[in-house]
Amino acid sequence: MELTGIAAYLVSFFTFVGIYSVLALGLNMQWGLTGQFNIGIAGFFAIGAYTSAILTTSETTRHLGGFDQPFLVGLAGAVAASALLGLAVGWITARLRTDYLAIATIGIAETLRLVIANEGWLTNGVRGVSGIQRPLDGTFQALGLGSGLGSLLVVLVFVGIAYFFAERARCSPWGRVLRAVRENEPATEAAGKNVGRFRLEAFVVGAGIMGLGGGLYAHHFGFLSPEAFLPLYGTFLVWVMLIAGGSGNNKGALLGAVVIWIIWSGSEFVMRGVLPEGYGGHAGPLRVILIGVLLQVILITRPEGLLPEKAPRDIGKGAGRRES
Amino acid sequence: MSLLRANDIYGGYGGADILNGASIAVDKDEIVVIIGANGAGKSTLMKAVFGLLHVRSGEVVYRDAPITNGRPETMVTRGIAYVPQEHNVFPSLTVQENLEMGGYALKGDLRPRLETVYGLFPRLAERRRQEAGLMSGGERQMVAMGRALMIEPSLLMLDEPTAGLSPRLIDETFQRIASIRDLGIGVLMVEQNAKQALAIADRGYVLATGANRFEDTGPNLLANREVAEMFLGG
Amino acid sequence: MYTLIELMQLSIYGIVLGSILTLGAIGVSMIFGILRFAHFAHGDLLTVGAYCGLGFLSLTGAPVWFALPAGMAGAAVVAVLVDQAVYRQIRRTQPVILLISSFGMGLIIRSVVQVIWGPDVYSYPGGIQRPWQIWELSIIPNHVWILLAAVVLVALLHLFLTRTRLGKAMRAMSDNMDLALVTGIPAERVIMITWIIGGALAAGAGVLLGMDSRLTPMMGWSTLLPIFAAAIVGGIGRPYGAIAGGMLIGLAMEISTLFIDPSYKLAVAFVIMVAVLIVRPHGILKGAW
Repeated sequence: MELTGIAAYLVSFFTFVGIYSVLALGLNMQWGLTGQFNIGIAGFFAIGAYTSAILTTSETTRHLGGFDQPFLVGLAGAVAASALLGLAVGWITARLRTDYLAIATIGIAETLRLVIANEGWLTNGVRGVSGIQRPLDGTFQALGLGSGLGSLLVVLVFVGIAYFFAERARCSPWGRVLRAVRENEPATEAAGKNVGRFRLEAFVVGAGIMGLGGGLYAHHFGFLSPEAFLPLYGTFLVWVMLIAGGSGNNKGALLGAVVIWIIWSGSEFVMRGVLPEGYGGHAGPLRVILIGVLLQVILITRPEGLLPEKAPRDIGKGAGRRES
Repeated sequence: MSLLRANDIYGGYGGADILNGASIAVDKDEIVVIIGANGAGKSTLMKAVFGLLHVRSGEVVYRDAPITNGRPETMVTRGIAYVPQEHNVFPSLTVQENLEMGGYALKGDLRPRLETVYGLFPRLAERRRQEAGLMSGGERQMVAMGRALMIEPSLLMLDEPTAGLSPRLIDETFQRIASIRDLGIGVLMVEQNAKQALAIADRGYVLATGANRFEDTGPNLLANREVAEMFLGG
Repeated sequence: MYTLIELMQLSIYGIVLGSILTLGAIGVSMIFGILRFAHFAHGDLLTVGAYCGLGFLSLTGAPVWFALPAGMAGAAVVAVLVDQAVYRQIRRTQPVILLISSFGMGLIIRSVVQVIWGPDVYSYPGGIQRPWQIWELSIIPNHVWILLAAVVLVALLHLFLTRTRLGKAMRAMSDNMDLALVTGIPAERVIMITWIIGGALAAGAGVLLGMDSRLTPMMGWSTLLPIFAAAIVGGIGRPYGAIAGGMLIGLAMEISTLFIDPSYKLAVAFVIMVAVLIVRPHGILKGAW
């Protein structure tokens, strides 16, 4: 009994690591490779999750739905919806400095959360969308695998696919241009590259990957509510993961997801053990403080993360800084 | 003893060196001008002296004290003022506020110093409430110089003070610089209008690829045929 | 006639909200002008100020208006501490990272408030006020005081910026950082003053917001977007523009409730901000400061 409990916990643990890995890979495309700031990951995550949920659930009076589409169609819809949102945000902020993009993404995330909470016909509001099916559930059961384990396998397959494409993109000529944009935009522009276009492409692709993460989350968890897309879970943890792991490095994104999720979920047990009776309500904020402080320490002492991006990036940087 | 000496300066913006062993000296009561082709390192040398870029090798000595790679704030408190070529006023501040900022690093009453500057640039006195950003190029240059003079410097460094000015204003600016020298202030300036600058200069340096090519008195450099061919338009 | 009165009534609310947003937006704008980054923890400085005020009141039993100076002092201290402990270390190497650092700092501050005061909702003492009936309009006394307090704070700031050495130095640094350095203006001291003033004004906004409604750990975070909108509409980096921006956003948010669900007030601020970003990336007002 004890053992199956641990096994179930581990399965759920790694499923979340997988979902966060996908989000971190998406952020790495935007921030790590191209230097675009997205502090509204939660918005892209949410639109992916809700799109897939609405596409795949069966007829209900509680929210828009009844399309009964298969899982893969749901995921494709999640990716497409999130990428479209990315296109809109990226297009509006294309010529603006980083700070405006950051503000615009926060605005999108918060506005989407309002829409989700208030448009009951679409999302069932704060009561949430339930009854989202896990993919191939019957098949896994027939094979004798638990539903959780099946879900984990599905998530891991998509982590693999996302990683494969992210890595291919990073090593391609396209990825090299993105890094050039990040390091020295004027020079890249002068070299005849359409900087705005490359940025937009990276932002849209990153947003699509985040949408995929949202879709996977919806099908694993089976239930969605606006609460899940608060900035803490939707955005902040992903940033800490990427920065801790090493931005610019897809392996770093994966490693960061594992490490930070261990710390984040581990801190729950620690708090439970440490906090005196009656102070249980403090566990949540204390965990946030812990992760927040960890982020600041990383930023100050090791901004390149656990797995720094490979060498060539720093050559021009020191020079540029001294001049200013 | 010179007011300022920079010996054998090597340095740049972090990549390859731009300065390759340049040396200059300035005394009080003299105008020293640095001329040279574009990219010869004139402005870079001035910035290196003021601590705005890293001097890799060589030393800067001011009143017999080493100030190599000093911080700009300490330069100001020692009495060295610097006027950059561009963006050298605070555009949303009034003329008077610009001057007050110039005197920020010095304690004490600003009024006598304001009067000195207004005496030197009467036009600024008329426009003391005007925002500097709304003024003409020539007036802005006056504000910039006035701002630098507010610390009562012993050494004033000017990076191309006549760049972009009309011929009439160029003459006027050089006259002002001469009268600043007559207050007992050493002036080090980088200039493109080499002929006119050398005409009022006590001494001059010709820089090429970050090192001294010629140095002599102003009149001698003006008379030097090689210099004339290279920099003075024949 | 009916709608006209409603419109005027909402405009009063809008001006009150606008004056609160203005205080926050001025800080955002000043910090942007001098440190060149959008401070994502600014909303949480509002929260800190509101709760510090509350804490002071419950410790001393002082009259409710003492929450204002107490909150301002508390948030100013927090702002300086945060800058010295974290932002200062980061801005030397990677300025752009300040965005994510401040986002994280906001979460930390919010959580600390929650640890100290719990997740409960508080309100300042004073209870429900009977509104004054003037013509067809009803005016809540607190709204008058809120507006008055905001006007006084902005006036004090104006005097500081135009009459004092440090205030002028702040404007100078915001104008041209490089020139300020070669002029010998002590950058670190000016930056510290910027945080003190930015934090204090944010706290002012927080206390006034608390008087208008209630205190929750999320109060600042949910005000951050309209504050940014106000700063951007006014031209980010220009504190005086923030006044116009704050009023415009405040009025738009309140008046929009005539037409759309009040839950979307926040989205109204966002949409206006985006529209301004598209049409006038540098804000609606010309000129700096």
